[in-house]
Amino acid sequence: MTRAALLLLADGRFPAGGHAHSGGAEAAVRAGRITDAASLEEFCRGRLHTSGLVAASLAAAAALGADPGELDAAADARTPSPALRAAARRLGRQLLRAGRATWPCGELDLLARRFPKGVHQPVVLGAVARAAGLEPSDAAHCAAYESVGGPATATVRLLGLDPFDATGVLARLAPATDRVAARAVRAAREALTEGVDALPAASAPLLEISAEAHAAGAGRLFAT
Amino acid sequence: MHLRHPHDGPGHGSAAGAAARRPDGTRRALRLGLGGPVGSGKTATVAALCRELRSELSLAVVTNDIYTREDAEFLLREAVLPPERITAVETGACPHTAIRDDISANLEAVEELEDAVGPLDLILVESGGDNLTATFSRGLVDAQIFVIDVAGGDDIPRKGGPGVTTADLLVVNKTDLAPHVGSDLSRMAADAKAQRGPLPVVFQSLREEAGVAPVAAWVRERLAAWRA
Repeated sequence: MTRAALLLLADGRFPAGGHAHSGGAEAAVRAGRITDAASLEEFCRGRLHTSGLVAASLAAAAALGADPGELDAAADARTPSPALRAAARRLGRQLLRAGRATWPCGELDLLARRFPKGVHQPVVLGAVARAAGLEPSDAAHCAAYESVGGPATATVRLLGLDPFDATGVLARLAPATDRVAARAVRAAREALTEGVDALPAASAPLLEISAEAHAAGAGRLFAT
Repeated sequence: MHLRHPHDGPGHGSAAGAAARRPDGTRRALRLGLGGPVGSGKTATVAALCRELRSELSLAVVTNDIYTREDAEFLLREAVLPPERITAVETGACPHTAIRDDISANLEAVEELEDAVGPLDLILVESGGDNLTATFSRGLVDAQIFVIDVAGGDDIPRKGGPGVTTADLLVVNKTDLAPHVGSDLSRMAADAKAQRGPLPVVFQSLREEAGVAPVAAWVRERLAAWRA
């Protein structure tokens, strides 16, 4: 593996569709729950420890070689909102497209053939990390970082938030991001022997509920 | 980064969007991009093209809105195509990103349209109104039309930018407004010629008799070349 492959996969410019999603930040901005850097940080901290942890453990498990079909079902069970499930599969297809073009390999081709309608994005992320020669902890770090990086970037666009303040938020969350990734890898290793029920199921009800309202609303800038 | 693999064989196993054939070996639809500044008449041109070509071609449209579904809803209201042939891609406040830097959502949309209502002859991919630097990736479209209008200022062709300079067809729209806004069409034509060399320019007014016919003729030529 190369460290540069990790940077490439984690780069927000990797062409896998993430730019059109705010990770719930747009709904939170509209509801007045994110108004500045401090409230963005609290929002991101909550997301990191809930959907971020779940995504990181799914990604790590996929990178370890767990069955993608079982992981996809586990992701469904941990995602009550139909809108978020649909978005996760769509982003999964987009990431698989980018991953297959970037790191061509039989395993990714097989994933595309087996699941033409897509699997949840974190599952694809783990498989793509594996194809890039990366470790499960790399996949977990990518997923955990993405869970906060997306909302931070979106908030810069939505609120005109000072971009230096937004990156400061991400820097302050870095130690917690590392811890979430480490916890996700431990759970993923456990799931290899215990089954996918060993994966974390931390949920963020408000993210799920506001995602449904966002999907039904008009005049939004971000898909989720 | 771009994902174009123009010499890919049958698309089976290929992740790229630009392969000329679909997984079943059939030729995919020609994809034309329409870009240009806000309010220049991209959606009106798409609507007019659909009306002009729908009796002879199997068509579909992908819109890239800023506020998600505005343009798609206009096309639906105008009933230029059945609803299942119109898809809106959401762009996260950055329409140029979705047509150039990260084309994954648009590639999903065009392939889904071909699966759902194909076989298609032509897919029009309309960009959200953006700026003079917005151009389409060659991994997404086979050719692109840049639409500007006389009311946006007759200095736009002189200012250039990637859209004006490199688009396969430049459309200068709303020529009927030129006398009312003090735009000099001959100056626009001379500036466009200087920026574009041999690349074609069409002056269009959808309110006059010729309407979209010159652009439709250009589309038919591209389609003939694509099928050759």
